[in-house]
Amino acid sequence: MADARTFFNEMLDEAGKPRQPYARLAKWLADKPANFLSKKGRDAETIFRRLGITFAVYGAEEATERLIPFDPIPRIISASEWRRLSAGIDQRVRALNAFLHDIYHRQEILRAGRIPSDLILQNEAFLPEMAGFTPARKVYAHIIGTDLVRVSENEFYVLEDNTRTPSGVSYMLENRETMMRLFPELFQTHHVAAVEQYPESLQQTLESVAPDPSKSEQTIVVLTPGIYNSAYFEHAFLADSMGVELVEGRDLFVDAGHVYMRTTREPKQVDVIYRRIDDAFLDPLTFNPDSMLGVPGLFDAYRAGNVTICNAPGTGIADDKAIYAYVPDIIEFYTGQKPILNNVPTWNCSRKDDLAYVLDNLEDIVVKEVHGSGGYGMLIGPTASKREIAEFRKVLETNPSNYIAQPTLALSACPTHVASGVAPRHVDLRPYVLIGDQVRITPGGLTRVALKKGSLVVNSSQGGGTKDTWVLED
Amino acid sequence: MLGRTASSLFWMSRYFERAQNVSRLLEVACRGAIISHSGQEDGTHWTFALTCSGCEGDFQQRYDELNARNLTNFLVFSKENPSSIRNCLELGRNNARAVRTGITAELWEAINTTWIEFTDVNPQSVTQEKLPDFLAFVNQRAHLFRGALLNTILRDDGYFFSQMGNFVERADNTARILDTHYWTLLPDNDIIEDGSLDRYQWSAILRALSGRRSYRFAYPNARLKAFNIAEFLILRTEMPRSLAHCYDWMADTAEDLAQFYGSREPSLDMAAEISRDLTEKQMDEIYHQGLHDFLTDFIGKNNLFAHQLSEDYNFA
Repeated sequence: MADARTFFNEMLDEAGKPRQPYARLAKWLADKPANFLSKKGRDAETIFRRLGITFAVYGAEEATERLIPFDPIPRIISASEWRRLSAGIDQRVRALNAFLHDIYHRQEILRAGRIPSDLILQNEAFLPEMAGFTPARKVYAHIIGTDLVRVSENEFYVLEDNTRTPSGVSYMLENRETMMRLFPELFQTHHVAAVEQYPESLQQTLESVAPDPSKSEQTIVVLTPGIYNSAYFEHAFLADSMGVELVEGRDLFVDAGHVYMRTTREPKQVDVIYRRIDDAFLDPLTFNPDSMLGVPGLFDAYRAGNVTICNAPGTGIADDKAIYAYVPDIIEFYTGQKPILNNVPTWNCSRKDDLAYVLDNLEDIVVKEVHGSGGYGMLIGPTASKREIAEFRKVLETNPSNYIAQPTLALSACPTHVASGVAPRHVDLRPYVLIGDQVRITPGGLTRVALKKGSLVVNSSQGGGTKDTWVLED
Repeated sequence: MLGRTASSLFWMSRYFERAQNVSRLLEVACRGAIISHSGQEDGTHWTFALTCSGCEGDFQQRYDELNARNLTNFLVFSKENPSSIRNCLELGRNNARAVRTGITAELWEAINTTWIEFTDVNPQSVTQEKLPDFLAFVNQRAHLFRGALLNTILRDDGYFFSQMGNFVERADNTARILDTHYWTLLPDNDIIEDGSLDRYQWSAILRALSGRRSYRFAYPNARLKAFNIAEFLILRTEMPRSLAHCYDWMADTAEDLAQFYGSREPSLDMAAEISRDLTEKQMDEIYHQGLHDFLTDFIGKNNLFAHQLSEDYNFA
């Protein structure tokens, strides 16, 4: 694997010439005066702030609602690159759903010895309450955000599968709207695949997994923890763009096995819940008894087949970082095919040999918490100080099974607007996948960019920004 | 519509109405403080604003002295005073955020940009000299809020609940301002000297309810008179802040709600009854009952109505 310093530049080749998908954009950029992008960047910020497109930062006293920095230079993916990526994603999400159905039923993959049983059965993300239950169309994870990174011309890796409640899709949509306002001329010279159909696709997906698909009208709701949640804007945005109610747990109740929402008049029965709260908070009677966010009795109504919860409870096992290393086996086991997209090689610190290797190489690798997310609780060896490494070593030795490690990837870089002009910055990509009556993948997705020079951390909670992502049509 | 959505729309409007009312009270006080020849000691104007705001007790617990700086902090910027303009704008916005799906983009932008610009201001920079301009900003934003709401929102149940919130708050505000100064509005007070404290307070009450000019039109050739001022602010439906006007609006809204839902709940009858009562009443009867008693009774009924409405429509 390449050194992080010799990264793949998505716009320019080794000779400094624009690669084919970027040819027009590179010329357009070169023709613009120096302060052009700064002005456009400020315009974009004004738009985002006025619309209230913010996310919340936990633990920060002031300014708890923040803007995610938006980079006005698009990231471009060619049609042929996208065909390969989407085929790989399609294969992967089907396999993960088949895996979920299997481990909550016959557990063939465990019997076949392809995954150690303990890794599933002892896993916190495995919900025994789901055993034997089959959700509509056998779909468990309806909404998936597959995190990808690129390391060379033809090498993409899947970093994470995000099968619980992936966020960021509202940024994908708003970034495109903003780009069309800022640079209408670019959309005349580039045939960019549309993303605006996402809310409609989401609605079709949710309707297709309703308990009784023959009903002429399905009542869908988006369940949010409330206005203080970091992704609240997105919850409201999605409910609004589908034209459905945005509810909190206290707006719902269960009566005689059915779920209803409290309205100003008669209670209204709910068919599908797109929930944006974690499993543990769904139902205080079945899961965390202290949850104020959930709906008492919801899980029983779900198991009785009277309401569909998307994503299903217990899908977290499919994106558990300890299971991640087995996803290539999972794909082969359920599809009989070789994986189209590769995993990043991963050391499982619960294994003795792996742990020894990790401890010997902390300076060069990335260590992540098995259940962590958002860039918290991780160590990036090459950029960490000696002290940080020493401290992390202690934590790792006390509880090794809580960690996995991966080599430091040379993430590809895209042209990004920075103080000194335009410079390459490292990026990843999260395409959004919907699984219901069919698999729908929105072309492109959300590109996250590490705005600090040399940084590999793209998480918005750690100062990362976003870019509009263009998939060119042939 | 979710009961919680109805509640949020009701409170969103209430808080914006309240922000504007508080800002107008301070405007009146600023004006009084500037006119040095009004013959009053400086504190009078600030006292007027504080007593009308109804949070005298809270203020005295937190501040030793009543002056422009302390009152501005308390009524405009304080996080501790639940009715400070800051808290009203924040709570109004939180309620709007909770129903992002139920309000228009125009309305949300009016609310959101107001909050952004308000929080961009450093409280220390708002000196007594700059206060009037700052209050004018708040006042205009409250008008923008209501304009955006009236111009863009669908005339469905959401609109009806927003109107109830708006006018319950307005009626409460008018009744409280009258009640804190009811003795200056008793009819035997009509023979008072120019430049007296009462005369200043009449004028301040009218200004606090943006009725100083319209009073002249409602009572041509009439000098300021306690009887007329009381009648204007209680019984004249053409005065948009009078109790009668507020309930006129709410009775219409109640009728709209009954039609929209095809059923009539107890709160709707309450609104109609209070409205009818105000339409039929004469000022003489109110004085006979006792102005203070009448106003206390009204404030109680207004609260009961708001409570019954929240029960009838499952406000969360």
